[in-house]
Formats: sequence, C-alpha cells, structure tokens
Amino acid sequence: MFLINCPYCGERDQQEFKAGGEAHIERPKQPTELSDDQWAEYLFMRKNIKGVQFERWNHAHGCRKWFNMARDTSNDEIKAIYKMGEKPPPQ
Amino acid sequence: MRNKYSIFSLFKNALSYHENWQRAWKDPTPKKEYDAVIIGGGGHGLATAYYLAKKHNMQNIAVVEKGWIGGGNTGRNTTIIRSNYLWDASAGLYDHALKIWEGLSQELNYNVMFSQRGVMNLAHNLQDVRDLKRRTHANRLNGIDSVYLNTEEVKKFCPIINTSRDIRYPVLGGTLQKRAGTARHDAVAWGYARCADEMGVDIIQNCEVKGIKRNGDVVEGIETTKGFIKTKKIGVVAAGHSSVIANMAGVRLPLESKPLQALVSEPVKPIIDTVVMSNAVHAYVSQSDKGELVIGAGTDDYISYSQKGSHQIVEGTLNAILELYPIFSRMRMLRQWGGIVDICPDASPILSKTSIKGLYFNCGWGTGGFKATPGSGDLFAHTIANDEPHKLNAAFNLNRFVSGDLVDEHGAAAVAH
Repeated sequence: MFLINCPYCGERDQQEFKAGGEAHIERPKQPTELSDDQWAEYLFMRKNIKGVQFERWNHAHGCRKWFNMARDTSNDEIKAIYKMGEKPPPQ
Repeated sequence: MRNKYSIFSLFKNALSYHENWQRAWKDPTPKKEYDAVIIGGGGHGLATAYYLAKKHNMQNIAVVEKGWIGGGNTGRNTTIIRSNYLWDASAGLYDHALKIWEGLSQELNYNVMFSQRGVMNLAHNLQDVRDLKRRTHANRLNGIDSVYLNTEEVKKFCPIINTSRDIRYPVLGGTLQKRAGTARHDAVAWGYARCADEMGVDIIQNCEVKGIKRNGDVVEGIETTKGFIKTKKIGVVAAGHSSVIANMAGVRLPLESKPLQALVSEPVKPIIDTVVMSNAVHAYVSQSDKGELVIGAGTDDYISYSQKGSHQIVEGTLNAILELYPIFSRMRMLRQWGGIVDICPDASPILSKTSIKGLYFNCGWGTGGFKATPGSGDLFAHTIANDEPHKLNAAFNLNRFVSGDLVDEHGAAAVAH
C-alpha cells in the first residue's frame, strides 16, 4: 500500500488506482503478418522485473486517466510518474 | 543410515532430554560439479530432488537456496490440499499429488500432519451454483470424489456458517471434497529435505544464484554467491522469483509476480473442523492444530517482490469472513504476512523444458501451489531425468502460450483468486 501522485489529480491512496501491467508494449502494426511466436510474445510474455519497472496505471476511482510509472518492485518505491505517450525517464 | 523416527526413538531421546537428536540434514559446501542442480529449496524444489534421487537414480545433485529451506512460499501458504479442478489436465495433475499426500508421512518417515478434513466450496449466486455443479460432475468423471450440497447440508457440515437468506451474499449451496484437507507446510519441506539428504543430495542454503552460464543453447552451470557450479541440468523452482532467474538465462516467461497475503488469529478451542472456501466473496478459513484460524486473502493487482500486500485486501477478506461467520466477530488477528506468487495468464502452472537444453522450469503455481508439492516434484523430476515431460504434465508446457492450448483454470476452479 502506497501513495500515488496522479499527474492529473495529485497524491492519492493506491486503493483508488488500477495497475495495468508492463508499459511500452506496442500493439503490432500488422497483426495479420505475425507468427504464433510473435503473438505469444505480445500477448503473454512479460519482463516481470525485480527492480525498476515501467508500468501503466489507471486512476480508476478518480479521473479515470491512464499514465505511466517507474517503480522499484523490490520495495514499491515510485521513482517517476509520466504521462501516456511520453518517453520513460533515464534510469 | 539416519535414525528412524518412531515412538521408540522419541522415548530413547527423552531419556537424554532430547539433546542428542541427529541433525536432519547436513550443511555441505558445494562441489564443483553436479549431474543436476535445483534452484530453490522450497517444497517443490526439495520434492524434485527427492524424486530425482529416489526414482531416477540421480544422487549427485544439489538444491541451492537463497535463504533457508521452506522459508519462502512453502512457509507462507495456508496449507490447503484439494484436487477438485475442472479441466482434465488439472484434475490429473492435482489428484496425482493428492494420492501421494495420502501416503507421504509413511514414505518420508516424517509426520506431515496430513489431515483429510474435507474442503467445502460455497456458492453464493445462481452462476456459482451452475459452475459448482458442473465442476462436481467433471470431477466425478475424472475419478475425483466430489459432492454437491444444498444450503441445509452445508449448514449441517459446518454449523457456524451463517446460512440465513438475508445476508448480502446468501449461501445457496456448495461442493465438498472429503479427501481434501490440510498438512503442516514446514514439515513437508523438512521431510523431503531429510530424505533427499539421506540419499546424497546436497542441500546448500544461503546460496543465491547470480547467473546462468550457457554455451549457445546449452546450459553449462550457475554462478552463485558460493562460487561457480558446473552442471548440465538446471531445474528452476523459484516461485515468485522465477522471472528473475529466467531473465538471467534469457528465457521469456509469461509470469507476473504479485503479493498474496494470509493471516492467523489468536488460538482458540476447536470451532471449525474443515476447510471452507468461498470464491465469490473471497474468503477462506480453516483452523490449525494449534487452534489459530488460518485465513487466506487475495492478491494485489500490481507486480511486487516486496512480500507486503495492501491493507484493504485483508480488510475485504475479513469483511467477508465476518458476514459468513458472525461468531468470529470478537476474534483478534495475531499475525499477517505476504508472499510473492508467480501467476500465469491461464492460472495454471508451467512444468516444462525450455528452448535451452538442460534448462527446466517449474513455476506459475500462482496462488495454489502447496497442494501440488509431491506431485509437482515427482513429475518435474521425471521431466528433468528423461528430458521429456510425463503424460500428466505434458499439457503444462511453456509452448502452450504459443499454440494457444491453454489450461484456463481462472474462476473455473474453486480457487479464491
């Protein structure tokens, strides 16, 4: 349990948010041309990093906007929060 | 030869004030090379080592453990054992384990306190009723004992459940698997460790894996905090940390690691002599032999390795417990903890070879791995020894995420996810 600084609403309890998993997974541009391996990679395979991970969050019980977060999964410390479409911060 | 545990050895050792018990396993320094190395000294890893030594004649093997054996999810789960899964593949896998549980204390000469007190799963709405009836039929077709109970039968089997019609989620019925139950989780790890050690397996604690060395697509050994260990076969049984090992080896896994919490109350006199699970309201409870109520909460939705979950998850579970068991309203909770569970997209485990020769993964057990410990060890040992899966774990391969042949147990099973 931790506090999250929503880029639109400010600091709120994590309970208001929904975790959206690993960020920056790009939807295939030509889905019809993907092999089964490439589909599996896109749909299922995840880095699941122990350490700083980039992930998506949604302020589900607030502004309902999506944003990105860099968070250390070993101690739940939030390193950076940035908007959708922005590049991840340098490590 | 190690001393056999029995009433006579207990009596003999009582005469010397229990100060001369033999140690249960050695504390060896790692050899330079092993025929196989198991990464992870939890129940599944130790069981794998035990069956490799016992059934496949591989005694020159080691189990490396970052902390102490049984200190991870083996010591953190709520000890429930059952096999009433919906799909044929899962039913085969989990009932294989349940059959081994039934004779495990004798086989290991170690009392794992396996207690077939039954597991009851409650239905709270019409869809639950339909799902549970369907699962009962599926179980019986697979030879697994399962009966459907109506509300009165639920009340009769466990009288402290509130079955009145005016609660928020009334109890409409339930299923009962009488062969299911609980076991003492630490004893499982210790029993397997003791027997594996006796057959020559090196159990190396406080030894963290730092890297997997591979030559092209073949493994060569592992880098650890106690030096390099050469081996041709590596079985990874690292639960929540499976992805960490996979990332070292350059293997992609479909796992997400999340905190799962549990809690126990102060000890009280016997009040509930079975295990009751409710998927819909997310509450399950049993009573340990010490008298504590053992309560399982849910997972958080974010990835974390912190072994800490959110307070509201525990709060939600206790709300549900109190609605179903008003008698517990004055109970005080004694301890609460979290473990890190590795969850697969289809909520089924992976017991599989990988694209790298000699590298095997046993992971993805998610929120319900303890019940499978003996079966998982047996089948994973078979997979490592023969470089081919057993027919019972063939469906649980890593390639199912490519082929689409998933074993989708999410919600379909009795699991309280």
